[in-house]
Amino acid sequence: MTRVRIRFTKDGKVRFTSHRDIARILERVARRAELPLAYSQGFSPRPRLHFGLALPTGCASAGEYADIDLDEPVDLATLPDVLTVHLPPGMEVTAAVEVDPHAPSLQEAVTSCTWRISLPEVAPGDGVAAVQRAMASAALPVTRQRKGNVVTDDIRGGIIELVALSASAGGTEIVTELATRPRGVRPGDLIDALDPSWEPTVIRREHQWIATGDARHEPLASRTDATPHAEVRAS
Amino acid sequence: MTSLWPRLEPLLAKVEKPARYIGLEDGALQPRPDPAKVAWLLLYPDTYEIGLPNQGLQILYEILNERDDALAERSYAPWADLEALLRSRGIPLFSVDTHRAAGEFDVLGFNLSAELTYTNLLNCVDLAGVPVRARERGPEHPLVLAGGHCTYNPEPLADFLDLVVLGDGEEVVGEITEVVRDWKVSGRTPGSRRGVLRELAGITGVYVPSLYEARYDGGRLVAVEPTAPEAPALVEKRTLADLADWPYPKRQLVPLTEVVHDRLNVEVFRGCTRGCRFCQAGMITRPVRERPAEQVVQMVRDGLKRTGYDEVALTSLSTADFSGIERVVADTVNDAAGGGRVSVSLPSLRVDAFTVGIAAQIQKARRTGLTFAPEAGSWRLRQVINKLIREEDLYGAVDSAFSQGWRRMKLYFLTGLPTETDEDTLGIARLARESVAIGKRHTQGASVTVSVGGFVPKPFTPFQWFGQNPPEELRRKIDLLRDELRRDRGVKLKWHDPKATLVEGIMSRGDRRLGPVIEDVWRAGGVFQEWSELFSHDLWMEAMARNGLSPDDYAHRHRTEDEVLPWDHLSAGLHKDFLWQDWRDALDEHGLADCRWTPCYDCGACTGYGIEHIVASARPPAGGSQGTGQDLATGGAVPVALLTRSAVQP
Repeated sequence: MTRVRIRFTKDGKVRFTSHRDIARILERVARRAELPLAYSQGFSPRPRLHFGLALPTGCASAGEYADIDLDEPVDLATLPDVLTVHLPPGMEVTAAVEVDPHAPSLQEAVTSCTWRISLPEVAPGDGVAAVQRAMASAALPVTRQRKGNVVTDDIRGGIIELVALSASAGGTEIVTELATRPRGVRPGDLIDALDPSWEPTVIRREHQWIATGDARHEPLASRTDATPHAEVRAS
Repeated sequence: MTSLWPRLEPLLAKVEKPARYIGLEDGALQPRPDPAKVAWLLLYPDTYEIGLPNQGLQILYEILNERDDALAERSYAPWADLEALLRSRGIPLFSVDTHRAAGEFDVLGFNLSAELTYTNLLNCVDLAGVPVRARERGPEHPLVLAGGHCTYNPEPLADFLDLVVLGDGEEVVGEITEVVRDWKVSGRTPGSRRGVLRELAGITGVYVPSLYEARYDGGRLVAVEPTAPEAPALVEKRTLADLADWPYPKRQLVPLTEVVHDRLNVEVFRGCTRGCRFCQAGMITRPVRERPAEQVVQMVRDGLKRTGYDEVALTSLSTADFSGIERVVADTVNDAAGGGRVSVSLPSLRVDAFTVGIAAQIQKARRTGLTFAPEAGSWRLRQVINKLIREEDLYGAVDSAFSQGWRRMKLYFLTGLPTETDEDTLGIARLARESVAIGKRHTQGASVTVSVGGFVPKPFTPFQWFGQNPPEELRRKIDLLRDELRRDRGVKLKWHDPKATLVEGIMSRGDRRLGPVIEDVWRAGGVFQEWSELFSHDLWMEAMARNGLSPDDYAHRHRTEDEVLPWDHLSAGLHKDFLWQDWRDALDEHGLADCRWTPCYDCGACTGYGIEHIVASARPPAGGSQGTGQDLATGGAVPVALLTRSAVQP
């Protein structure tokens, strides 16, 4: 058995599909590409695909990941193109690599994500001021629904990095690195804490990170990605 | 003609299931607007998840887009959250393919499969920026058209539809396109709308309600008669002679988000002559036209490869009756390309062990649910409805299924059938209980779900004269069953809301006087009425009362032989005297054999159109009493061909 990790993008109209939708799309695409999929045992065998942290519906991403179990190895150099051909517009496989099936799962491994949030209606001064206020405060309580209950969480500890930039097309862009544990902070939570009246047009996951001591690396660097953190290969 | 996408995009972040509105399905097209082409918007008046898989719309989508003089896009009813946003920002209904405004198309073509979607049709027309009443539309507005099974009685919608298509749509959409193209090229001048409708009325299969006048005498309808020379006194349905000429959809749409029936669908035959008397589909789609087995195999193979699905449904009204069933199943399941992972589903199973054998063979990959529809609780009542399943057929099927690894199954029944007694109703409980007992011999966890629907008599069936049971009576029968099954662990009872059954019944056999009722309910916000959580019985009853109409008169009253029915000016090919005779036979508890394998009894469907059944095998299928050569007195002399467990294992 071989486990292949792919990195892919999700952008444009297709970003309105859900995490579950993406799982089913990739399963069909793998069959159309005639990959030698490994199946689960039992009464209802399913192809073994493993997904990373769910991307909220409506968010774009430059770095999504999935692990695919195969009965035999495939040509990794051509795999991204072989899969992309069958994907809907807005999705592209940007890298593929073989990983150790015993390595921690994507869910377990990723520790934080970098997000870019477009707020064309927010004046850059207001954006900067809100960010400064947030970074200066000791606690940032956010009220949210969880399993039918209303709970209040302090998300301050989960904000690793937060900057407001003046967008070239006008308005504000927020770039932030948010922790995924112990309780993950979602970009929507952050906006609620900064100013609930803001309406982001696009929220994009730029990176997912695996922290190891003081260093961090991506689960798999994109072939086209030039970020300095991206040279480290998957475990 | 510009895309509304930039205005829609910010709204989609605020709504539930936004993937409903993005299009991008594999197989979808983005046709470029062209003044020389007739632009069709094909609509399903329910959510995307329900509407996307509709094979009728997908077939017409392909056929129209293949033409030089037409293009087609699709749209579905937006859910309330998006509708509110669209209305508040003045954004019209849009196509999911290129996100163009619905009002920019030349034809809005609706598929009507259920009466409770009628208010959604009005809502979609209104959201398109088109007047809901046909007579208020001008040359600048699209033509509003409907096809699908409900159009065999389109009278309740007569005020809102410009034209209606009866029967198979594959050929007639081309003929309509040619007339509409000329109208478009001529510039759709003021006053030209009635002219184009008159011309369209001359096409066989097309019904233009505004060219007919309904006359009443007191409370009774006495006639619906044409008022223009082009409009025929009797509108005949369209029927394809040979399904082999129409291997569609060739590129079935593969949605990006979850929908019902999310699998490859290949239609193996159209029409059914089993003759179940409650079944409108079986009556109006005659004769039987089978697709050649080789073509089915090819469509399955190509479709699986192209879509990446691992499940294919062989669709028809009774797939186990398909002459090529064993071969098609064997070829599909054993096709190396599928890697032994392809499962096949048969959406309408016959009730016999033979069928279960096929089901076991084809669900090697994955066991999905198994559903049988005995429809009635006693042999007597099953003779009345001509669903000739003996008890031992059902038990044989159930035993065969449990022995082959299934642990639960569903049984479908109707209640409120003609002549039904409490004994018949309680027979449902007996069948369910015995089925569980049979199951327990094989597995402790055996369970059976019984689903009971209230019977709604439909036009062009022998039961079209029958007064349906009032909601209170249906409720009483359901309660009777519930009490009876209270102690039966292993039997789960589900039922449909009897009040929704009433509204369905009013619409199903209603006349033009119901137009204002539908409009009132829509204006009061009654949309998505087929969704039980949104259905409002009160809205309908208030609207009926406001318009001076009696639910009893429409739904609960038995009709007489000489009564003019609202659909008498339309024809599904069936002779009215055949249907009346079949109604009398039903009341005499007299069954009628399937004419595929027994002599013709002249229902009219073949002879009237000069076409015939296309059936590859003249030999009836193996099976219980539902095979043919059956002895109707005892319910079948054909031995049950039981497939043993070893026979179905690889």
